Amino acid sequence: MLRFLTRRLVTILVTMLAVSLLVFIATELIPGDVARVVLGREASQASVDALRHQLRLDEPLAPRYLHWLGGFVTGDWGRSYTLGVDVRPLVVERLLNSATLALLSFVLLVPVALTLGLAAGLREGRLTDRILSVTGLSLAAVPEFVTGVVLLVIFSVRLHWLPSSAQAPPGAGPLTRIQHLLLPALCLVLLCTGYVARHVRASTVAVLASPFIRAMRVRGLSETRLVRGHVLRNSLVPATGALAVQLQFLLAGLVTVELLFGYQGIGDLLLSSATSKDVPALQASAIVLGAVGMGIYVIADLVYALLDPRVRVGRARA
Amino acid sequence: MTSAEVDSAATRPPREEAAASGAPHRARDQARARDGSLAPRGLVRRPSFVVGVCLLVGWVVVAVFWPWLAPADPMAQNPSLRLLGPSGGHLFGTDQFGRDVLSRVMAGARPVLEVAPLATALAVAAGSLLGLVCGMRRGLVDEIVMRVVDMFAVFPSLVAAVVVVALAGRSTTTLVLVIATFSTPMVTRSVRAAALVEREKPYVEAARLRGEPFWSLLWREVLPNVSGTVLVEATSGLGNAIFAASTLSFLGLGQAPGSPEWGASVADNRVFLQQCWWTVLFPALAVGSLVVGIALIADNLREQATRR
Repeated sequence: MLRFLTRRLVTILVTMLAVSLLVFIATELIPGDVARVVLGREASQASVDALRHQLRLDEPLAPRYLHWLGGFVTGDWGRSYTLGVDVRPLVVERLLNSATLALLSFVLLVPVALTLGLAAGLREGRLTDRILSVTGLSLAAVPEFVTGVVLLVIFSVRLHWLPSSAQAPPGAGPLTRIQHLLLPALCLVLLCTGYVARHVRASTVAVLASPFIRAMRVRGLSETRLVRGHVLRNSLVPATGALAVQLQFLLAGLVTVELLFGYQGIGDLLLSSATSKDVPALQASAIVLGAVGMGIYVIADLVYALLDPRVRVGRARA
Repeated sequence: MTSAEVDSAATRPPREEAAASGAPHRARDQARARDGSLAPRGLVRRPSFVVGVCLLVGWVVVAVFWPWLAPADPMAQNPSLRLLGPSGGHLFGTDQFGRDVLSRVMAGARPVLEVAPLATALAVAAGSLLGLVCGMRRGLVDEIVMRVVDMFAVFPSLVAAVVVVALAGRSTTTLVLVIATFSTPMVTRSVRAAALVEREKPYVEAARLRGEPFWSLLWREVLPNVSGTVLVEATSGLGNAIFAASTLSFLGLGQAPGSPEWGASVADNRVFLQQCWWTVLFPALAVGSLVVGIALIADNLREQATRR
C-alpha cells in the first residue's frame, strides 16, 4: 500500500510539473502578445514594452519558468494581469465557493445513488431495474449545460420555485445560499448518479448471488435484516472507486455549471483567465483544480483500503 | 496453408471465416454470438438499441441534408420577427435576431457531427495501435506509455481541454486534435487490457512459432480478435467526444462565433432564458437526444461484448 501511494504521489507531482510547463509554453505560443492582450489594442508601444518588462516577458522561457516555480512553491503566486489582485487569496476564495457547491452535490449524490443502485440491484432484471439503469445511463451521457437548461426552464422559468442564479446576494443566510445552489448541485448530481448507482447495482447483484447470502436465507433471516446487515455493507466498497471517478466529473462540471448559473467559483476563474490570457491566475487555478482532482484519487484509495482489508498493491494495475 | 494457420482460423473473427468458406448468414450470426463480439440479430430485438440507432441516424441525416430540410435560412436575420414563441410558422420560435430556431438547431447538427467523429476516429486509431503494441510487447515501451496514460487519467480532462483550446485559439482543427488527444488514453487502456488476454491464447503462440512478423501478427491476428473492444470504445468515445465538443462550444471555445452550434446557441441565448426559453431549450434538447442515443447504442454493444 505504501509503495502504491508513493507511486501515485510521484505521478501526481510529475503531472503537475508537466501541466505548469505546458501552460507556460502555451502562453509563449499565443498568437499576439500577452501584454498587448492585457492592455488592449489602443495602448502605446511604450506602455506595452513597460508591461512586458514588468511581467518579465522579455526574458527567455527557462529562467522565467524557474522563477515562477520558485515563487509558486514558496507561496508567491503572482498578481492577476486582468483583475489586478494577488492570485493566491483570489484562488482560495473561489475554491471555497466551489467547494460549497461540490460538497452540497456530494451530500445529495451519495444517498440518492446508493438508494437507486440498491433498489435496482434488489430487483435485478425487472422493470424497475431496467428503467433505473436506462435513465441513469442516459443522464450520465448528457452534458451539464443541457440538464441545467432543462432544470432552469422547469423550476425557474415555469414554476418560479428556485432562482436562476447560483450567486446569493451578499450577506444572505445559509438557507438562502443553499436555495441558490440547489439547481446547479442537482445538475451535477444528475450527471453522476447513473454511474455510481450502476456500480452499486452490480455489486449488490454479485453479493446477492454469493453463497453466504443463500446460507442466511436458508437459516430464515428476514429480507430486511439481510439487506441492512449484510448486502449493504458489502456492496458499498466497490462504490468508493466509482465515487472517486465521478468526483472527477463533478470537478470538471464545475466549469460548465458555474458559467451557466453565474457562480464565482474556481471553474469560472479558470475559464475567464484562460480566455483573457491571464497567465498567473490561469496557472494557479489549473494547478489547484488538477491537484484537487488528483488528490481525490489518493483519498479514494485510502478509503478503499480502510473498508476492504483485502486490498493489495496489485489492484493498482487493474 | 500451413497447419498452424488452420488452427488459428478457429479463433479468427467469424467475418473472415464466413467469407472464406462462403457460409450462409445464419452460421455467421451464430459464430458471432459464440465469439461474443457482435450478434446483430440479438441487438435488433433490444428496444433501447433501436431507439439509440434511430436517434443517431436521424441526426446524421439532418446534419447531411439540413440545407434541403430546414424551413428557413439559419443565418437570415429578420428584425421584425424577433423573439417569437413557438407557433405554426416557426415551430421552435425565433431568436433575438429573428432567426428561425428550428433551422438553427438543424444546421447545428453538422459542426458537432464533423468534429466528434473525426476526433474519435483519430483517438481510436492511435489508441488501438498503442494499446496493441503495449499489450503484446510489454517491456519498457509499455511502462512508459502506461505512465503517460496514468497522467492523463488522473488529471480532469475538461480542465486541461479548456486551457489548451483557450490558449491555442479556437478552430476546428484545434478542437479535433484536443478532443482526440484526451480520448486516446482511454482507448489505449482498454485495447491493451484486451490484448493482454489475447497474447496468452494458442493462436498467438502458433503465429509466433511459424515466424509471423510482429506487425502482421498485430494487424491480421490480434486486431480482429479485439475488434469488439475497439467497437465499444469507438461508440462510447463518440458520445464523450460530442459531450466535450458541445461543452467547449458552450464555454465559448467552439468554432467561429455566430455559428449555429448547439452549445454556442445555448450560451448566446442564456441571458434571454426568462423571457424566451425556446431559444435555449431546443438546442439543449438536441444535444441531449444525440448523446442519449449514442449512450444507448454503446451500452448495448458493451453488454453484448462482455456476455461470453
